[in-house]
Amino acid sequence: MFLFFITSGLFLGWTLGANDAANVFGSAVGSKMVKFRKAAIVASIFVVLGAVIQGAGGSHTLGKLGSVSALGGAFTVALAAALTVFGMTKFRLPVSTSQAIVGAIIGWNLFTGNPTDYHSLTKIVTTWVAGPILGAIFAIILYLLLKSYLKKAQVHMLRLDAYFRNALLIVGAFGSYSLGANNIANVVGVFVPSAPNIVLDFGFFTLDGVQLLFLMGGLAIAVGIITYSKRVMMTVGNDLMKLSSETSLVVVLAHSLVLFVFSSSTLSNLFVSIGLPAIPMVPVSSSQAIVGAIIGIGLLKGRGAIKFGILGNISMGWVLTPIIAGFTSFISLFFISNVFKIKVVEELNSVKDIALHNDITNETLIGPINLYQPLLYIVIAFLLVVIIYLLWNIKHNKDLKIIEDFNEKEKTYQIQASLLEQEIEVSNDNNKKLEGEVNYKKQELINFALSIIQKNNFLETLNQKIEKIKSKNSKNVSINEITKLSKLVKENINLDKDRKSFDLYVNKVNSEFYYRLNKRYPDLTDNDKRMCALIRLKLSSKEIASLVNISPKSVEVNRYRIRKKMNIQHGERLSEIISKL
Amino acid sequence: MVKIFKTSNKVIKDIDDFYDTIQLGVLNFKEGVHNYLDGNISEFENNLKKIEKLEGKADSIKRGIENDFYLHSLLPNFASDILRLLDKSDDIIDKSKENLSQFDVEVPNIPEKLKADYSRLVEISLSAAESVIPSARLIFTSPDKAKEGLQKVFFYEREADKLANAIKRKLFREMDELKLSEKIHLRYFALHIEEISDSSETVANILSALVLKIRM
Repeated sequence: MFLFFITSGLFLGWTLGANDAANVFGSAVGSKMVKFRKAAIVASIFVVLGAVIQGAGGSHTLGKLGSVSALGGAFTVALAAALTVFGMTKFRLPVSTSQAIVGAIIGWNLFTGNPTDYHSLTKIVTTWVAGPILGAIFAIILYLLLKSYLKKAQVHMLRLDAYFRNALLIVGAFGSYSLGANNIANVVGVFVPSAPNIVLDFGFFTLDGVQLLFLMGGLAIAVGIITYSKRVMMTVGNDLMKLSSETSLVVVLAHSLVLFVFSSSTLSNLFVSIGLPAIPMVPVSSSQAIVGAIIGIGLLKGRGAIKFGILGNISMGWVLTPIIAGFTSFISLFFISNVFKIKVVEELNSVKDIALHNDITNETLIGPINLYQPLLYIVIAFLLVVIIYLLWNIKHNKDLKIIEDFNEKEKTYQIQASLLEQEIEVSNDNNKKLEGEVNYKKQELINFALSIIQKNNFLETLNQKIEKIKSKNSKNVSINEITKLSKLVKENINLDKDRKSFDLYVNKVNSEFYYRLNKRYPDLTDNDKRMCALIRLKLSSKEIASLVNISPKSVEVNRYRIRKKMNIQHGERLSEIISKL
Repeated sequence: MVKIFKTSNKVIKDIDDFYDTIQLGVLNFKEGVHNYLDGNISEFENNLKKIEKLEGKADSIKRGIENDFYLHSLLPNFASDILRLLDKSDDIIDKSKENLSQFDVEVPNIPEKLKADYSRLVEISLSAAESVIPSARLIFTSPDKAKEGLQKVFFYEREADKLANAIKRKLFREMDELKLSEKIHLRYFALHIEEISDSSETVANILSALVLKIRM
């Protein structure tokens, strides 16, 4: 029956884990500084440890506010608080489990007529206000210290990144511990008066009923972290704190310190021992402590004035959440007690009754139950599991090594391939260069040819003119001399040195072309090949005639002969076939 | 926990190697152009070979660093800026190599009258690159000091601009003995050398933005 009633508290624990873990690891996971799996494991372990080791303080204060004596009442109060948190989150209203549970307890007080301890209430409300302020103060001090250290140390950004990653994990562990220690009272605090009176002796340590209750609450928070907090971390957590690594480290540490301060009885006792007032052990809102720390850093960096919207939201949460939770609690208690006829309060009418109730409780204490042997078996089983895991891990690592070796080899091959590609690129570039050179030489050849043609034309014209002079038979001009001149010009046309050197040049440039031509058409004579080389330069028949010093008609005859030898069909162009060679 | 420190140390070493390579590349470019201007062709070819190797090495180191940044989500808040910084720093050696190989392929005929100007342009343009590299190294340890060196880069970039313009003016207004094609060819070489200081300026701009981002 106890386990059934505690489900509402566990549900509250689940929502707390799902939402508030984002305050601790939100920015680290959101910015991928810490992997979610690692964060979830660390947070779960430390939340449970914090709840079991240091969770009693907050519950004690809540107990003073209103000791929910009946199990049905505790169930309803926790359910009302959970419904308030759930509903307000759904409507995007600022909400905190701490404020919801206080409101729900006051609702129970009102319903049952139990007097509310206003001294405790004042203490709780003061702490709510002090939480964000203290968060801001801690954040400012820590930020200044960190900044001055970093300025002096001049650590490389990447090394600093590695330090921050580990620091975020350690601070996150501390934050989770503090969250468990401080907020466990919200989750199962109302069930403390109804906790079973048993003591489990594990040999090395003992757990009493309340600690078992805290353990269950802690596990519920851990389940919330594992199952649902990733989504919150990736969305809400990230929106709340899009901060640099150093700022998020400071913010999380400040938040953790706030939660720790309000849950550490050791620290409180230390304060008392040195003559300072005791620190109240009160569950404070984790989100509000974070917001306080962020505002503190904002103020320090001088980024404009305080955002009153955020402060308004926090204040609204302080007022609205307890009212809604109190109202929900009151209505729920009414239904539970009148419709389902479940007892929501123990009828303890006088001081005497209360004393009697306590005596009975003490008498019915079960235990201590010796769990030394079962624990020993569990430890042995655990060790066996660890050994099996280690063996598996060694094998897995071996496999990984093989895969890594394979990847390494693949990488080497890829590098070799890329080197080969580079070589190909270089040779392609060289080819392009050579191609450019060939084109340049080809152009030079054409220019050479054209200059010879022009020269020949000129000499022809000159010759014609001389012939004209000769025909006029002028007395002033010695015919013999003119005849000599004409002869010389003719000789020049026939024995042109340029042409010879042109021939040499054609042979040199086209040596490869001649090779290909010879290979494909072995019947061609040297003259035919030369003709082909000139056709390849895209020269007209007239130009070729001028170059070779034959008539254009002879060129046409040569072309016809080449076509026949090369077996070129009607309709195909000789120049095209030659240029394609 | 240990793995992340190993990775960080490796990336720190890679970044140092990367900037060492760029620095060597820049020095080779400088020496190469001087050798070309002095007519020491075999030494120039040696410089070209070296810079080609260094450029390949810089590319491979840069790819390794990028890989580590993505794989281990290093510096999530600054990763994109730092990778851009490395990319643009790589442009300095890329351009140096490309320019030196253009000298090799196009063989510009630089008149005696202009050799001193080209030599000075190379000095100034590469001073911008030589000033930006220490700042890029410093950004990782002391961003404030990194910012101090950036003014030099902007100064050298402006000077390189001015000198390149002076060379171009001289080419087109005073040197009638050159053909238009030669003038255009030489103008491109002034532009190419100037590009290195432009790349250095781009790196300096990224650095100054990064300093602001880190300080925030």
